[in-house]
Amino acid sequence: MTCACENKKMELIDLSLLDEMLLTYKDQPGISIPVLQKTQEIYGYLPRPALSKIARETGIDEAKLYGVATFYAQFRMLPVGKHMISLCQGTACHVNGANLIEDAVKDELGIENGETTPDGLFTLSVVACLGCCSLAPVMMIDQDTHARLTPDKTKAILRQYKKEG
Amino acid sequence: MRVVVGASSCGYAAGAQKVIDELNKIHIPVNLTGCVGMCHLEPIVDIYTDDDMYRFVHVQPDQVEGIIRDLSDSPSLIKPEDSQILAGQKRIVLRNCGVINPERIEDYIAIGGYKAYQAVREMEPDQVIDIIKQSGLRGRGGAGFPTWFKLNAAKNSPGKPKTMVCNADEGDPGAFMDRSIMEGDPHAVIEGMLIGAHVIGADEGIFYIRAEYPLSIRRMQLAIDQAKEHGLLDQISLRIKAGAGAFVCGEETALIASLEGERGMPRLKPPFPAQKGYFGNPTNINNVETLANIPFIIKNGAQAFTQYGTEKSPGTKVFALTGKVKKGGLVEVPMGVPLRHVIYDIGGGIIGDRDFKAVQMGGPSGGCIPKELLDTPVDYEHITQTGAIVGSGGMVVMDDTTCMVEMARFFLNFTCNESCGKCTYCRVGTKRMLEILDRITKGQGKKGDIELLEELSLKVKEGSLCGLGQTAPNPVLTTIRYFREEYEAHINDKKCPAKQCPELLTYLINDNCIGCTACAKACPTGAISGSLKEKHLIDQTKCIKCGACYNRCRFNAIDVN
Repeated sequence: MTCACENKKMELIDLSLLDEMLLTYKDQPGISIPVLQKTQEIYGYLPRPALSKIARETGIDEAKLYGVATFYAQFRMLPVGKHMISLCQGTACHVNGANLIEDAVKDELGIENGETTPDGLFTLSVVACLGCCSLAPVMMIDQDTHARLTPDKTKAILRQYKKEG
Repeated sequence: MRVVVGASSCGYAAGAQKVIDELNKIHIPVNLTGCVGMCHLEPIVDIYTDDDMYRFVHVQPDQVEGIIRDLSDSPSLIKPEDSQILAGQKRIVLRNCGVINPERIEDYIAIGGYKAYQAVREMEPDQVIDIIKQSGLRGRGGAGFPTWFKLNAAKNSPGKPKTMVCNADEGDPGAFMDRSIMEGDPHAVIEGMLIGAHVIGADEGIFYIRAEYPLSIRRMQLAIDQAKEHGLLDQISLRIKAGAGAFVCGEETALIASLEGERGMPRLKPPFPAQKGYFGNPTNINNVETLANIPFIIKNGAQAFTQYGTEKSPGTKVFALTGKVKKGGLVEVPMGVPLRHVIYDIGGGIIGDRDFKAVQMGGPSGGCIPKELLDTPVDYEHITQTGAIVGSGGMVVMDDTTCMVEMARFFLNFTCNESCGKCTYCRVGTKRMLEILDRITKGQGKKGDIELLEELSLKVKEGSLCGLGQTAPNPVLTTIRYFREEYEAHINDKKCPAKQCPELLTYLINDNCIGCTACAKACPTGAISGSLKEKHLIDQTKCIKCGACYNRCRFNAIDVN
């Protein structure tokens, strides 16, 4: 069996985008999480070559960085779509029918939790609680919160985003 | 005339931005404020005239002009019964939320803000600790540990530099008071932090805020910058550390590990953070709500605090009232009032006047309190006796359509996902419990499952290092304790009394059917047959129990058994 890595396309990313950020954090203790957060802000996810570069420049073991990145829910190892859907499955949303909303999103977009639509427009992420419990069920698309959802309303909102691209 | 728009996360989610845009369009100066707690009425617009205040609710952009033109004659004027919501409360922590502009330090100073900190600077640390001790303030994040004790321990610990940490990693699903306080009154949290820092001799303060709360992060940063400009940070530097999404980081040693850039896994106590915390130095960690109480106590004296609440649980507590309750939102009441008062008098009862079944308190670490115990006083001791916990103050109300076994499965699924994996019982035990609950809700429960769940619960509690594992079985134990017959119905009769577990349901069409074909069109598997204007039939072998027909039918012709 051959190693799958060889068949994988090399990720083409501009690593110089990290330079300025690395300079500000260099030689400070306990910086792995903010560095990874900034990296994700730059690329939208954590590309493996970026992790290697951060490890080289900061002296933090690459294995440790990978360990931190995979521990926290916020970090993603794969590119995401243009719009990030954070669908709330907190207690209040769950009690008020968040499952139906989740089904509606999956049905409309044809993706499961953590997946991205083939056109690269949406990524679905099911989250624990957005803190808008009184307006349940809710979902956030990028920075905008949509409240008191019904399956039909959810589909209409998604179609509006599709229309706007 | 001064126009104030409720601009917290819930306000924005309900459409406050469009209202603000509309006001800008007609050149009305807009003032922002935080959440007044009546989230179910957002967007809320308050208009102050020289001698009165008018509150408008559910405001739509197209109503804005009419409201401004005629204040007293608007359909969106708050109903008298809704304006009573605040009357049943005692607001100490939320005193400024929905009143002042959280983005202006001048507003906070104008109502006496930072006076407590100025007074503390002239006092000995022991004097301050003494006042907090007399107030009996206990940590509002969940454990209810005396605040003075932690401050005192950190003050007496040798070692420098010392650090103050504000735990704003509000991870309990169903609790959002910390978010609201940070969005509505950020300077109160900062003032509490500065007082604590003065007491223990800290030179750095860190706010650990959930990344899911972008508005909290923005407002807290703005408040820190303003405090700095006003010369309030001459003895301490303050900064924000955004969390990265891990429920376990609400546990203080896990939070410290996360601050140090590690995976957020709890550490053995002792040593406690007060002895060896952030990078091995003395650290004091307090929850947002706890810190926001401190300026009030210092300024008004311990007695002003202890006049509310009970002897062992003095003061007030903020609860996030959500779920199947009519008037959901944030509620601050003196400790010791009955649950019934919160749910019925303030919350207005159950949506659709259905039957109250249970209230879930304390999130995934808490439990479900049944109808028979509705008169339980809400304080640390009494709630703990029921098997639930006060926790951070989430109250999710459930009616007769909520399946308690499914609810236990929901929480176990959460804790199982969030277990950091360090302790075997928490990592594997919660997984096994989840598998059993999964089986039961799918109609594959076996005799002895309940006993097995109880046995595993005990072992997970005993064999876990931190609060996550020690409390993870609580939702299972309380639902077995109060709703054992529901478990038995699932296991023995393969029935879900609340009609929620899809695998245990049968959908049948009754004689109300007029043959409109709507259900057949809605069915995703083509399980429904029948001609136009004739009674339809569901093929049980094809039915996937999705409920689409039930939701579509307008003639009450679908029975669920």
